[in-house]
Amino acid sequence: MKFTRSMVLVSNDPESIRRGSAEVYQQFQHDLAQAGLSDEVSLAQFTDGGREDALPLVIIYPEASAYGPVSPADVARIVEEHLYKGRVVADLLAPVKELSGRIGWLKARKGALPMEKRIVLRRAGRIDPENIEEYIVEEGYQALARVLAGTRMQVIEELEESGLQGRGGAGFPTGRKWRFVGSTKSPKKYVVCNADESEPGTFKDRVILEGDPHSIIEAMIIAGFAVGADEGYIYVRGEYQLAQRRLEKAILQAREFGLLGKDIMNSGFDFDIHVHSGAGAYVCGEETALLESIEGKRGEPRARPPYPTTHGLWGKPTLVNNVETLANVPAIILNGGEWYRGIGTPSSPGTKTYTILGNINFRGLIEVPMGITLREVINIYGHGLPAGASFKLAQTGGSSGSIIPASLQDTPMDFESFRKAGVSLGSGALLICDERTCVVDLAITLMKFFRFESCGKCTPCRVGTDRALRILTSISQGEAQLSDLDTLLGLAEELEIASNCGLGQTASVPIRDTLKHFRAEVEAHILLGVCPTGVCDMAPVQVV
Amino acid sequence: MLKIAEEKNLAGIVETAVRKHGAQADAFIPILLDINHNYGYIPGEAIQLARTLLHDLPGKSAVGHVNEQPLLVSEGQLYGLASFYHMLHTEKTGRHVVQFCESAPCHVQGGRELWKEIQQVLNLKAGETSPDGSFTLKTVSCLGLCGVGPVMLVDDDMYGNVEPGQLADIFARYELQDEAGLPIGGAK
Repeated sequence: MKFTRSMVLVSNDPESIRRGSAEVYQQFQHDLAQAGLSDEVSLAQFTDGGREDALPLVIIYPEASAYGPVSPADVARIVEEHLYKGRVVADLLAPVKELSGRIGWLKARKGALPMEKRIVLRRAGRIDPENIEEYIVEEGYQALARVLAGTRMQVIEELEESGLQGRGGAGFPTGRKWRFVGSTKSPKKYVVCNADESEPGTFKDRVILEGDPHSIIEAMIIAGFAVGADEGYIYVRGEYQLAQRRLEKAILQAREFGLLGKDIMNSGFDFDIHVHSGAGAYVCGEETALLESIEGKRGEPRARPPYPTTHGLWGKPTLVNNVETLANVPAIILNGGEWYRGIGTPSSPGTKTYTILGNINFRGLIEVPMGITLREVINIYGHGLPAGASFKLAQTGGSSGSIIPASLQDTPMDFESFRKAGVSLGSGALLICDERTCVVDLAITLMKFFRFESCGKCTPCRVGTDRALRILTSISQGEAQLSDLDTLLGLAEELEIASNCGLGQTASVPIRDTLKHFRAEVEAHILLGVCPTGVCDMAPVQVV
Repeated sequence: MLKIAEEKNLAGIVETAVRKHGAQADAFIPILLDINHNYGYIPGEAIQLARTLLHDLPGKSAVGHVNEQPLLVSEGQLYGLASFYHMLHTEKTGRHVVQFCESAPCHVQGGRELWKEIQQVLNLKAGETSPDGSFTLKTVSCLGLCGVGPVMLVDDDMYGNVEPGQLADIFARYELQDEAGLPIGGAK
C-alpha cells in the first residue's frame, strides 16, 4: 500500500465549481506531478466545508491548513511552499472564522465539537471512498471476518442486543426484522438496501454512500450471511449519480479482493450485490414500491400483509434496510451490542444523523446520540438563528415528518419521546423556520410535494392530496371559509385511514399539525383576509 | 441545431442499452434510463425496439445472474414505466432541461423568490419548453443538496446557493454552448 505524507482536499460543492474549483483541482494534479510529489501527496475532493465565504477551499493535512478562496494561479505557490518546503503560505489562508459543525471530520481530528458522536459517518470525508485499501485500514471488513467465523444466530443476537432501530423513519427493531427473514425457509432470499433517499431535506444516506460505500457493502454481506441470502440489491435513487458510480466501483474492488462473489474469505459463503438505479419517484422509498420498481414495474406500493420479510422481491423473503441502519451494523459487530446500547437513550440506543436546514446560521449534517433536544441542535450545531430572527417551528423528517412548535424544543429527540409527544422523528431532516415563515405557505409547499409524488394507485391519496392543495391554496388567497378547515381535517382523516401506503397516510400530517399548533394564523387568512407574515399574495383588504 | 436529437441513432442507442443491462425484468428501468439519457427522451419507436430486443435476447445480464421468471413484457408495460418515473420523458424536451427543486427546505431558503425569477427569465412555466427548443423548465422533488439550497439543475450540472441575479449568466452559458455547436448535456 502506498503511504502518503500529505493530503490535499479541494472543495467541489456546486458553489465551488461555479467559482472554478475544477480548474484548481486540475492545477494541483499538474503541479504535483511536475514537482514529483504525486506519490507522496494524495489529492481528493470534498463537499460541504461549511466555509461559503472562502470557496474554493483547499485543506491540507496533517496540518489542517485551510486555504481559500484559492485560484489556479495560487496553486504553484502552495505546492512549492507548503508541500515541498513545508512552510504555510500565510497570506493565502482562509480568513479566521469559527468552523461550523458541517466540517465535523475536521473537528473530530481536533476533538472540539461537543457531543457529536460519529458511527455511521466516522469515515465519510476522512478516507478516499474509491480506494478499498483505505477502508480496510480503518477497520474495514473486520466485522465481516468476525461474522463469517461464527454462526448466523450470533449475528442476529448481537443485533437484537444492540437495540438498533430502523433509521428510515419507522424505527422498527432491526434485529427482529433480521430474525423474521432468517427464520423463513426458502432456498432463495434477498437483501435490499433502501437508498432511495428522497425525503425532502434529507441527505444523510447520500453522504454515507458517497463517503463510505464499502460500509454498506460490508453490512449487506453480513446481513446476507445472517438471514441466509446470496444476492443483494442497492436501490439508489436515480438522481444520486455519484453515489451510484462509487458503489459500482466499490463492488468491483470488493470482488477483486474476494470479499464479494463465491466463497467469501474461504468461508464457503456466496454473496453478490447489484446496484439498481431509481428513476425519480419518491414513493419508491416505500419498501414494497421499491421492490416493484426493481422488478421492472411502476413503483406502486403493494398491499400489506404479506410483508417483504416473507414475500418480497420476486415473492422471496427479503430483508429491506435503510442505508443508515446498515451503516451501523459493522460497528455493532466489532464493538458489541452492549457498547451500542450505551449510546443514546435506553429506548432508542445509538446515534442519529440530522440534516439541519432552513433559517439557521449553519446548515449541514451531524451525527449525535439519540435523545439530544432540538434546542441543543439549533444552538450548538446550527449556531443559532440569524441575528434578529426567532424560532417559530421545525419540520422533521422531510415532508412526512411533523411540525414541531417552539413548545416542544426541549423534548429529547428519540423514537419513544417523540411518539409520546405526538410528533415524528422521520428521516432526520430538521427544517428550522423563523417567524417570517407562513404556515399556510409551508403547508402548500408540503402538499404540492405529496400531490406531485402520489403514485395514483389508491383514490384517497390521489384525490385527497389534490383537494387538500386546492383548499390550502384558496386559504392563501383569502378566498376560503371557516368550514373549509373542517373539510381539510376530514380529508386528513381519510388520507390517514384509507391510503394504501405511508405516502398518503403522512400527507395528512402537515394539515393536522398546522391546524393543531397554528390555527389562529390560518384563521387570520380566512377571517381577516390577512397573511400575518406577509408571505401569501392576498387580495388587498377593503377598509370600510 | 434543432436537429441534434434526430441525428442520433436511436436503434443503436436502444440496442446498446439492452445489451448492457441484459434481457430481464430488473433491467427495464436501467434500459429506459440509458435511452432517455442518450437520446433525450423515450419515443414510442424506442419502446417498440426495446420490447423486440428484450424478447429476442437470451435472458442473461452483464453480471451473469439469471432470474427464474420467464421474461414477459409488453410495450404497454414499458410505456407505463416511462410515464410513471419523473426522470424518464416520453415527450421531446428542449436542448437543455432546467430542473428546480421545489421542496420545503429550498423553498424556505430563498427558493420561493428564485422560482418566480426563473419563470420570468426563461419566460416559461413548469413543464413548458421554449418555442426555439432551447430550454425545458421542470420542477423536481428534493435533490438531496439542501445544504446549499436553493438548488437548480441544468442538464447534469448542479447549481447551489442560487441567487436571482445569477440566473441570466447561468442560462447564457448554455445558449453559448449551443451556438458553439457543442453536444447536448452540459459538458463541464
